[in-house]
Amino acid sequence: MKLRYLKNVSTLRLSIEKCSGCRRCAEVCPHRVFSINEKKAQIEDKDRCMECGACAKNCPENAITVNAGVGCAAAVIIGWLTGSEPSCDCSSAKECC
Amino acid sequence: MSNKLKMINDNSCCCPADNCCRTEPITPYDKNEQWVTGEIDTPKGYVPVVSTNLHFKDTLGAWKVRWGLGRMNYKISPGLYAVGKPDHTSPVLVSANFKLTFDALRKELSGLDCWILILDTKGINVWCAAGKGTFGTDELVGRISKTGLSGIVSHRKLVLPQLGAPGVSAYEVTRQTGFSVVYGPVRAKDIKAFLDSGFKATEEMRTVKFTMWDRLVLTPVELVSVARSSLVVFGVLFLLNLFATKPFGLADFIAYSGAVVTGTVITPLLLPLIPGRAFSWKGWLLGLLWTLGFTWFNGWFAPGFLLLAIGYLLVLPSLSAYLAMNFTGSSTYTSFSGVIKEMKIAVPLMALSAAAGIVLLLINSL
Repeated sequence: MKLRYLKNVSTLRLSIEKCSGCRRCAEVCPHRVFSINEKKAQIEDKDRCMECGACAKNCPENAITVNAGVGCAAAVIIGWLTGSEPSCDCSSAKECC
Repeated sequence: MSNKLKMINDNSCCCPADNCCRTEPITPYDKNEQWVTGEIDTPKGYVPVVSTNLHFKDTLGAWKVRWGLGRMNYKISPGLYAVGKPDHTSPVLVSANFKLTFDALRKELSGLDCWILILDTKGINVWCAAGKGTFGTDELVGRISKTGLSGIVSHRKLVLPQLGAPGVSAYEVTRQTGFSVVYGPVRAKDIKAFLDSGFKATEEMRTVKFTMWDRLVLTPVELVSVARSSLVVFGVLFLLNLFATKPFGLADFIAYSGAVVTGTVITPLLLPLIPGRAFSWKGWLLGLLWTLGFTWFNGWFAPGFLLLAIGYLLVLPSLSAYLAMNFTGSSTYTSFSGVIKEMKIAVPLMALSAAAGIVLLLINSL
């Protein structure tokens, strides 16, 4: 009973040639998207990625890019209505957003 | 004589030069707060010691936050706090100044001696604040220097919650402050095991979950917020009733409320059991089941009621779909790109369907 979101949407990209194998991405990813093989990171399952941006933010070699943002429909609607970037301004009680 | 007296006074008030003078505490706090149990002296000033037990007031506060009552301002002062009797070798745990977050952390720390460095996240939890960037590199670097942390601990290691990683660049923090960053477990309940094992987190500790209980506690706040906006809907229906030939009544109220509960509570609870992936689809499906069931129960699939039945079948599942779609913001696994993709398809469909249904309902009742 795994929770999975839409397929083939994540903007996650990894440049293996830049990777130094520091394992930081695998450490911070909340959905275990990365694995480390022969001192190089690899994307294990891209469809598990929620684009939180933790990996890219913590990659010292800038080997990872992802269009990080909030996966929150209410934020997107407010963004559309106000013409601003969607941001998590709604509530502090929620686990996310 | 006066000089001599002054000297004596100075001596009596002051301690040795390097940790001189009991001036401002490092972290301002309200002395009446039950969760502060005392103060601990450090070379940089006094630090409040916090309890690892939750009192009735904390539980009540959490309950109010979960139900959306005054939740926007549930926070504590950023700064340094102590648990137990920490010294210069004790670990430093970093967290957010949302009181719910702080309580969740401190209740797991009984028997430990450690420091808690609280960042100013404007009363937002770690993960969301990291997404916004307020639980971020700059705030952490600034808070380390404001609290004088490097004069309080002799080691150079910070334990951050793993979910703070979207906002904090570990290598950048190290470059700017000399402190290395270790990402701890996702959940506060694993902190002890993490510290005991020498800062090792298992795969399980590193994985975000979204259990039925996790989902359940998030639903009241949504329900309360929708109930508030529903007052507008009820107001409009009341006005319509003044000159409607078939006024809206209890059955309509139940049909509507059922669709709201389906979208805000039932869909989130049954999330993994409902076929499909898009939240709006899941909500629409359950909303359709609810509407079909209720319409059938009321015998609205009969000539004379068909307009009403079709109207509701167009409006209510769309309403449930919309409310379920908004649960993406509470979920722990939806991506921005995915939500955009879902919305580009779902929002126009929901709007068209709801608009058509409202027209039919109006024709029916007026």
